[in-house]
Amino acid sequence: MAQQGHLVISGVFKTFRVSGEPLRVLAGLDLEVEPGGFLTIVGASGCGKSTLLRLVAGLDTAFDGSVRVDGDPVTAPSLDRGLVFQEPRLFPWLTVAQNVALGLLNSPLDKARRRREVSAHIELVGLGGFENAYPHQLSGGMAQRVAIARGLVNRPRILLLDEPFGALDALTRARLQDELQRIWAAERTTMLLVTHDVEEATYLGDRVVVMAPRPGRIAATFDVPLARPRERTDPALGRLRDDVMAALQATSSAGVAPKSAPVPAARTAPLLVSAE
Amino acid sequence: MTRTLRGLALPLLLLACWQAASHFGLVDRRILPPLERVAHTAIDQVVNHGLLGHLAISLLRDMVGFVLGAMLGLLTGALLGLFRTIDLLVFPSFNGLRQIAILAWIPLISIWFGIGETAKVVFITAAAFIPVVLNTYEGFRSAPDSLVEVARAFTFTRWQAITRLYLPSALPSIATGVHLALIYSWVASIGSEYFMTVGPGIGGMIIAGRERFEMDLVMLGILILGLVGFLINRSASLVEARLLRWQQA
Repeated sequence: MAQQGHLVISGVFKTFRVSGEPLRVLAGLDLEVEPGGFLTIVGASGCGKSTLLRLVAGLDTAFDGSVRVDGDPVTAPSLDRGLVFQEPRLFPWLTVAQNVALGLLNSPLDKARRRREVSAHIELVGLGGFENAYPHQLSGGMAQRVAIARGLVNRPRILLLDEPFGALDALTRARLQDELQRIWAAERTTMLLVTHDVEEATYLGDRVVVMAPRPGRIAATFDVPLARPRERTDPALGRLRDDVMAALQATSSAGVAPKSAPVPAARTAPLLVSAE
Repeated sequence: MTRTLRGLALPLLLLACWQAASHFGLVDRRILPPLERVAHTAIDQVVNHGLLGHLAISLLRDMVGFVLGAMLGLLTGALLGLFRTIDLLVFPSFNGLRQIAILAWIPLISIWFGIGETAKVVFITAAAFIPVVLNTYEGFRSAPDSLVEVARAFTFTRWQAITRLYLPSALPSIATGVHLALIYSWVASIGSEYFMTVGPGIGGMIIAGRERFEMDLVMLGILILGLVGFLINRSASLVEARLLRWQQA
């Protein structure tokens, strides 16, 4: 059985209209995530990384170029692509279990199977025992776990995460990063995570893409060839973090300093894609 | 418990002032009869003049008008809130019409429907209808965009979005509208009895008291109105709190 969750983004351009004026937010993006891969995208705010994620999710379909999952073009949201937002976005009138079950509302599974999947995924994110709690009774970290369970419950081919830990305190963030890594190792879902946190991007990704703003484009790509589970204190990880940071800073000073500061250890060519 | 006691302090004080004023002859007893007179009238009205029947009729009329108005209001508010075309076509006119004070409709209603039961119920229905429409409409439109996006991402159908997202997020607002409708329809019940003085009811009793200059009867009627209004309001709050338990305290 071929593993699913192969994401190919090629030649994507996206333009918004801001008070009548066209504003280019993505300019010629090419990107590929292998089945079961973990790609992180890091960039300053306004670089179009969240826009890109919305295109992949199918929430915004007005763009040029192509986004394909396992060969099929993305034209609308689909349960094959799970989505976790920066805020948990839980339905406040539903319990934890009911919120997770929303992810299965349109799945073909029967009732008994749904119940099993819901409780399995609540366990997966470490919230066993909180099935009947309401969102206002949860901490920010717990609520975000529910959102992750909701995104995963349908066993999507790809899980899209839009700065999922950005609003959490440092300790909770680190813990949830570990959890996500563990879940990924267990489920082997293809992951695409967008963040502005270099530490998070390098710690979690197989590959880290640095995006530059105005218009959004890929500035550099780094492979992270480190074994998992990773150690945050690993010196190799530390060096990589510095490199990614340098590349990221180069993107924000590009407007001031002359173009293209040298980026060490980076594959500056965009990853080109040969969809087979 | 202490909360209830503190809440009761002012009404009790006012009653005491009333009693003292009328006992020590500070005001004319014909204008402000002492409490025992009112109590005596209450017993007399219950035993000899069917006070409870009057009350039951007022409440029944209130309930019929309230239920009709609230149901029509829910339906209208939901249609306005969910369908952009209906909203654009109808809401401006509705907004204009509701600027006309509800009492101003009475002459029209009494010409169209007479001054009997039908007219009273129509008036109460209109009074209950307006707050329910407005709050239901607001509620349906206030579903947060962030959750609407979740619904899209999880491929909710239109019907699923209405039942799982728009309706539940409108509930607190709908509850406010229904709560207001309960209060308005009680006020309208009495108003209809004041203005269309045919048939039994507490309002009619008060008007009769005024015409015969029986202030004890008037005071009794007013006390009953206040008490019923208070009880309606309290029960509505309790039901509301129970239905909306998921809301943050």
